[in-house]
Amino acid sequence: MTIRKNFEIEIQELKDEVLILGSMVEQAVLNSVTCLKNYDLEGAQKVVDGDQEINRIRFELENRVMILIATQQPMAKDLRLLASFLEIISELERMGDYAKGISIIHLRMGQQPHLKPLIDIPVMAEKGANMLHLALAAFVNEDEESARKLPQLDDEVDDLYLKIYRELMTFVISDPKNIERANWFLWVAHNLERFADRVTNICERTIFVATGQNSEKYSEMKDS
Amino acid sequence: MALNISPLSVSRANALSDAKTEIKNLNLYYGKFQALTDINLPIYANKITAIIGPSGCGKSTLLRSFNRMNDLIPSCRTEGEILLDGSTILGRGVDVVDVRRRVGMVFQRPNPFPKSIYDNVAYGPRLYGIRDRRELDQIVEKSLHQAALWDEVKDKLQQSGTALSGGQQQRLCIARALAVEPEVILMDEPASALDPISSLKIEELMQDIVKEFTIIIVTHNMQQAARVSDFTAMMMIDDKHSGRLIEFDDTQRIFTNPKDKRTEDYVTGRFG
Repeated sequence: MTIRKNFEIEIQELKDEVLILGSMVEQAVLNSVTCLKNYDLEGAQKVVDGDQEINRIRFELENRVMILIATQQPMAKDLRLLASFLEIISELERMGDYAKGISIIHLRMGQQPHLKPLIDIPVMAEKGANMLHLALAAFVNEDEESARKLPQLDDEVDDLYLKIYRELMTFVISDPKNIERANWFLWVAHNLERFADRVTNICERTIFVATGQNSEKYSEMKDS
Repeated sequence: MALNISPLSVSRANALSDAKTEIKNLNLYYGKFQALTDINLPIYANKITAIIGPSGCGKSTLLRSFNRMNDLIPSCRTEGEILLDGSTILGRGVDVVDVRRRVGMVFQRPNPFPKSIYDNVAYGPRLYGIRDRRELDQIVEKSLHQAALWDEVKDKLQQSGTALSGGQQQRLCIARALAVEPEVILMDEPASALDPISSLKIEELMQDIVKEFTIIIVTHNMQQAARVSDFTAMMMIDDKHSGRLIEFDDTQRIFTNPKDKRTEDYVTGRFG
């Protein structure tokens, strides 16, 4: 039996809560794009309203982590894990904001017809949500190997973003009246691209917890 | 069992001057029982080195080796080398009294002499032949300043040292140790019998005086070791109940990303 049973129970509960928060964010981003695709303004409003709950849970978890740091004086891997919790719940909150941002754009667009049927944007959302799911699983299992591989999926999301960008530019060039709607969709795609980028941050934290090494290689590669 | 010294500590160690004091291949016996096995440990000048590890792993025995306090135990025998500024302190020809002047010690429980505050601090210098009152006054004031006690006792230097609070008594003992101008100070859990505020005062003064001295501290308090020390040595007993050094590194490294699983388990409270 471990000496720090209660501490380990608290850590496990925090991991469970992070998975729950992550699933709320996944659902939010998928819902925001589904509502956009289906011209569902009521659903978009729900995504916007639901972000408050994500924010509330973020602060609640942050508080729990702070209490654990203050009362348990974590060291070594425990310290890295708790520090990473703080960063990851902050990442999740920002990812929730991207979903909310998509729905706010949708509410501004109203019922205006789309420039074209939405095909790649829902694929981007699904890929991003799937990446988040896998990244959080890797984090709670401290699975360094998966965390190193996952960011490669981000390349697929980046490719889709470029494809959408080019398509929207052709609409703009063909008719300046399309500028506003193209701009809105570009923002939607940009939010989804940033969403996936933040998954790579979660993967970097997982590698940090497992090894103690800050792994910025992937980010640097992308920046260059 | 090889000592785990990371490239980080090696590079930092290279940036430092040579070790102020150093233990090489030390084996220590109490009669037939081997209490320490194959210890190699450099102690760098003007740095605080913490020795941590579970109870009974030989931390205090190792600490007492640095000024040959173990000689006071009749059955104790040592093999290996202990160097102070590159010269051995072991062997018959070495002046043990001088070694203990150069390497002072502060114990777990404050142990002031039943004398005045002044006489407690002046005791060592007098023993070493200083008789001039003005010189003694200067030494007493300087030592009490260094021990962060002067402001609290300057108006009652003739009061008994035992009348002070526990925290003040411990700082008086530190002043007493500093008064003979040691080069290295050994501290054996110096704050474990003190309240939290007094403990913090001891930690603060350690960080102040390390500019002039080299400090080695044994502590069971992980947070204290993490807060005050530059380097940390982790000890454990082996299957023969003999103390071994299992990891020595930068303190930051030991408490954030130790190399040895046993160190990780110990600093995270998984055993001990």
